[in-house]
Amino acid sequence: MKKLKLIIRREFLAKVKNKSFIVMTFLSPLLIVGIGFLVFFLSKKNDEKVKKIVYVDEYQLFNKEDFKDSKTIQYTDYTPIGIEETKRKVEEGNYYGFLYIPKKDSLETLAKSIEFYSKDSPSMSVISNLENKVETKLRHLKLDQLGIDSEKIKASRIPTNIKMYNFSGEESSKLINGLKIGVGLIAGYLLMMFVMIYGTSVMRSVIEEKTSRIIEIIVSSVKPFQLMLGKIIGNASAGLLQFFIWGIILLIISIVSSSVFGIGMTEVQTSKLSPEQIAAMKEVAGNGTMQLAIQEFFRLPLVTIFVLFIFYFLGGFFLYSSLFAAVGAAVDNETDTQQFMLPIMLPLILGVYVGFATVINDPHGPISTIFSMIPFTSPIVMLMRVPFGVPWYEIAISMIILLFTFVFMVWMAAKIYRVGILMYGKKPTYKDLYKWLKYKG
Amino acid sequence: MSNLLEINNVTKKYGEFTALNNISLSIPKGSVFGLLGPNGAGKTSLIRIINQITLPDSGTILLDGEPLQPSHIEQIGYLPEERGLYKSMKVGEQALYLAQLKGLSKTEAKKRLKYWFDKFDIAAWWDKKIEELSKGMAQKVQFIVTVLHQPKLLIFDEPFSGFDPINAQLIAKEILQLRDEGATIIFSTHRMESVEEMCDYIALIDKSNKIIDGKLDDIKRQFRTNTFQVGVKTKNPKEIENLLKEKFEIFPTDFRMLSEGYTANVKIPENESPNQLLSLLTKCGEVQHFLELVPSANDIFIQAVNKNS
Repeated sequence: MKKLKLIIRREFLAKVKNKSFIVMTFLSPLLIVGIGFLVFFLSKKNDEKVKKIVYVDEYQLFNKEDFKDSKTIQYTDYTPIGIEETKRKVEEGNYYGFLYIPKKDSLETLAKSIEFYSKDSPSMSVISNLENKVETKLRHLKLDQLGIDSEKIKASRIPTNIKMYNFSGEESSKLINGLKIGVGLIAGYLLMMFVMIYGTSVMRSVIEEKTSRIIEIIVSSVKPFQLMLGKIIGNASAGLLQFFIWGIILLIISIVSSSVFGIGMTEVQTSKLSPEQIAAMKEVAGNGTMQLAIQEFFRLPLVTIFVLFIFYFLGGFFLYSSLFAAVGAAVDNETDTQQFMLPIMLPLILGVYVGFATVINDPHGPISTIFSMIPFTSPIVMLMRVPFGVPWYEIAISMIILLFTFVFMVWMAAKIYRVGILMYGKKPTYKDLYKWLKYKG
Repeated sequence: MSNLLEINNVTKKYGEFTALNNISLSIPKGSVFGLLGPNGAGKTSLIRIINQITLPDSGTILLDGEPLQPSHIEQIGYLPEERGLYKSMKVGEQALYLAQLKGLSKTEAKKRLKYWFDKFDIAAWWDKKIEELSKGMAQKVQFIVTVLHQPKLLIFDEPFSGFDPINAQLIAKEILQLRDEGATIIFSTHRMESVEEMCDYIALIDKSNKIIDGKLDDIKRQFRTNTFQVGVKTKNPKEIENLLKEKFEIFPTDFRMLSEGYTANVKIPENESPNQLLSLLTKCGEVQHFLELVPSANDIFIQAVNKNS
């Protein structure tokens, strides 16, 4: 036990003291936030440029009330100038484009014959904005023609929101479902990244010991199994520390930025949408969306998610990194690892795909359920399912299967590891690995 | 108990390949035991079994009378042929780590490291990384790490490779000093002159089998051929040759005598005293050179291995 502790300590320090670890840990959250700000800043800058749009309304339907100037778009009525002259002016001058509303017999034919001219192809948001304006106007006109009071129509629109409950009395909503998907996907994806990054790091550390030939000295002092276990635990702790630091840094940054610059993280996230879209969203959802989302978020079974996250994190990591360690032991250098890496990576990637494809639509369907039991995909798929509420016995079965598989895999990997670390030269085949499994002592 | 290590009928197979076939060895306490053999003979397999890196398929090993067990790891020091240290770790940190893995406490390890670093005059390297050191420098660190926990049994596999003659001499002196202080040393090498210089006992392993073992002097006696190198100052070498031919077998020799005369290797029949040859030679002229050709470890090695194949 004392020796295991020593090994864990060394592996942990070797990883943490590494320059790339320090850079990754402290720089990547700054980079992520920095890029976020950059996008926000650029899109804001982009929107500051006012787009000048002119319109020629031969029908004489629209007035300045319909084409109100917004922060980013300025409308001008060029109807008196005439279409040909306007076209020429727009083409030569500094205009975004011009909207042509011809004179037609009916509103229906008019709706199909409105045209927009611009030098470059216009942005989707501008066009849909224009279409919206025209459509609204035409609807009102049509309603008037039909003699229907538009106020009454407005009054007849009663927003409906079906409240969803499960039988344990928890209330859910579309919003919370979205949140569950988000939390699940992020957790599953994080797990996969963690396993890949730190699994290969375990492998690299094994190869390093082999190529530097220190391995024979170490195994004359400790059991290969202890060394392997120490490596895995040391790397896992380094990884957990990294995530922990990331969490804290992100938290600090978001607090500081929202209080100092008055820019909340939420605003940074939504900045990718154009201001028009945001306005539209706000109309639909009401202004309290963010607060609501936060409230809903805290109603998720967060403690359960967190505990299971740690469990599957560690279980999955142990399972996979023992395989990575065995691969590292089997080869002499990193270029030889490819043929063994693929079968390890495959179930990981499969887990994420299955999660993305099935859990979102049907978190408790047969495919999601089966894949959340198979130990190689269960850490990822089960983590994605957990926010939707999984019966305890399913979680228990999945955990037990994972636990047993991980003990078995560590045992098997240790056998390959023990033989492999002392083998140099020939690149082993799968047949060789099988033979190593059968070697005694 | 005069043997520190008793190896009894050890066999080890890797699949179809037999690495060690029924090997038995006794290694006396306080001796330097040369473990010799051509490449691929099975020396490393045997050393790994003694170090408990691998287990034998059959056979037993006793260390100080007890069957080999995990706690014995702390009583064995091993310097493998293929050496290495963590490249990016600092010398001091690394030495401390390896010493602690051998069961030393941190404070004790520090104290002893200071002693050895001062002795080898390398205290200034403490905070250097291994990758900044030359190969020879790293070897010194490795040697210290091997002996630091004062093991009863030390196993050196080619300990002089990578050292210049001066440092090799220094290490050889240290090894003999450790023996004098009571350690038992297993010494595996291909450099036969260092076997002559250092080993009290040897065992020769070839093709997974032990072909010779015992005290070096006894083995030499076994391999002696009763051949003498002679040199006589004379004007008439032909005469002597004819005289000798009647009684002995004569072979050409390759040493150089300073004065003009007759030189040869003369083999005398068993149970006959060399005095007879000597008295014959003194009659013919001034005897300047008379030396028994004792087989060197090198000769024994080559002869035994050739005979075995």
